[in-house]
Amino acid sequence: MTPHRPDRLDVETEDLLRTLAPQVLGVLARRTGDFDTAEDAVQEALLAAARQWPGDGLPDNPRGWLLQVASWRMADQVRGEQARRSREVRAAVREPAGSASAAPADESAETAAGERDDTLTLLLLCCHPALTPASAVALTLRSVGGLTTAEIARAFLVPETTMGRRISRAKERIAATGARFAPPTEAELPGRLDSVRRVLYLVFTEGYAASGGPSLRRVELAEEAIRLARLLLALRPADAEAAGLLALMLLTEARGPARTGPAGELVPLDEQDRSRWDTARIAEGTGLLTAAMRRGPVGPYQLQAAIAALHDEAPTAEATDWPQILALYTVLDQLTPSPLVTLNRAVALAMATTPAAGLALLETLAPTLTGHHHFHAARAHLRERAGDLPGALTDYRAAAARTASTPERNYLLLRQARLNAAADG
Amino acid sequence: MKYMLLMQFSGRQSDEIPPIGTWSAEEFRAHIDFMTETNRKLIADGEFVEAQGLAGRETARIVRASAGGPPLITEGPFAETKEFLAGYWIVDCEDEDRALAIAAHVSTAPGPGGRPLNMPIEVRQVMSGPPTEAEREAAAGR
Repeated sequence: MTPHRPDRLDVETEDLLRTLAPQVLGVLARRTGDFDTAEDAVQEALLAAARQWPGDGLPDNPRGWLLQVASWRMADQVRGEQARRSREVRAAVREPAGSASAAPADESAETAAGERDDTLTLLLLCCHPALTPASAVALTLRSVGGLTTAEIARAFLVPETTMGRRISRAKERIAATGARFAPPTEAELPGRLDSVRRVLYLVFTEGYAASGGPSLRRVELAEEAIRLARLLLALRPADAEAAGLLALMLLTEARGPARTGPAGELVPLDEQDRSRWDTARIAEGTGLLTAAMRRGPVGPYQLQAAIAALHDEAPTAEATDWPQILALYTVLDQLTPSPLVTLNRAVALAMATTPAAGLALLETLAPTLTGHHHFHAARAHLRERAGDLPGALTDYRAAAARTASTPERNYLLLRQARLNAAADG
Repeated sequence: MKYMLLMQFSGRQSDEIPPIGTWSAEEFRAHIDFMTETNRKLIADGEFVEAQGLAGRETARIVRASAGGPPLITEGPFAETKEFLAGYWIVDCEDEDRALAIAAHVSTAPGPGGRPLNMPIEVRQVMSGPPTEAEREAAAGR
């Protein structure tokens, strides 16, 4: 479900507005060189459109309308002639057809390729490495995703004023680093694209796992991340990792409907009702991944997508191709070494060979990860498989006490209660 | 008027409320269902403002600034602490009586054997803006 704007919009209008938002902002930021003011102006133009289009009908040239209104708003802010301009805007927007002819003469010269470049430049700027992840996420959702501040605030469960300040500070930070609305150099580009993918993945994981609050899945953010990943791939069709990222999101979100139980608890992969998985998304993700892996060097997103695909393709939990998953985690651990990847590799090793082998690898992580809920949850599962019930109980409790996710805590407590009963009986 | 309802849990086995780690899956599920239904009703009645559960006290830290030095940070668990905060609600309701009634209902959340836990719920009024004209007149004894 998409969060509602102040006035209810039909889905087509909402989609149109959000598709046009980055294009209009891209043009305006490039022409004026003032990203900060242009960004505010486009946000106001979007709100104006949301107020007026449902009643007045769609203008003949929606993109031209938005660009014109945003340009006027920007002129207001720059010249400080708020009152006079507002009257003009009100007068102009009463005649939607007029805005098309009022569009600047060079409008037709803007090629589709130029438009794509602007949107990519915008995406790169919003995911600038100088920003904190939380700021980059917020700014990207507003500037590129075309969401309102209120909608973003709701998705992250913070007050609107807080989210507004977070976005303003992100823009101030960009200005302070001297970054401009211009394409990065060829040498800079790969690193900057890495940042974009990381930010989009963060949007997705926030929606998928919901780090706080009572609900396990925040569907809006996961869907928004998928939409933005599609945009990135459309802008960079040859980028195998962009395809890998989109495939990973689709293959993971495909399991969404089966991931929560009646008490709002997390349902682990091996207990999910696989008939509820979204087969269309699995097919799309697998197709994207297969094409991407043929194209070029295999990166971390393609590897993670390949692991997700192996889970999705298994008709039952028992039929999962664990040896293949283990092989992929081993490559991933070499490519991007991290304790959490090793932890996943240990679980795969346990499933592909014996619980004891997995536990042995897990123990190498104990010095770094003891007290971390992921570590205790993984060890609890492996200890349970190995038949060490007291050890498993201790770890389930330790993990439940340390997780900040209510659904995960509920799952862990239910699991240890079940084990308690088994130990008693 | 806004009230904060604080749910205190005891960490000690010997207390009246047994630690949640000793409950059965069915007992735990019934408890969660009760809380979910309570929140749903509060939302439906237009009284819900916010409700949050807090992560385990094992992750709690106590920070105290100290003169001329780095702040002192103490880690949990606090075995010596008899009770700890497990979560809270903020409700917006007519009067204190209603807030007390909500707290009384929350207190009956089921525990082992489906019996009401009768856990202590602390009810505190949330400070608000300046008093209205009428309230000030009343306070002035007019």
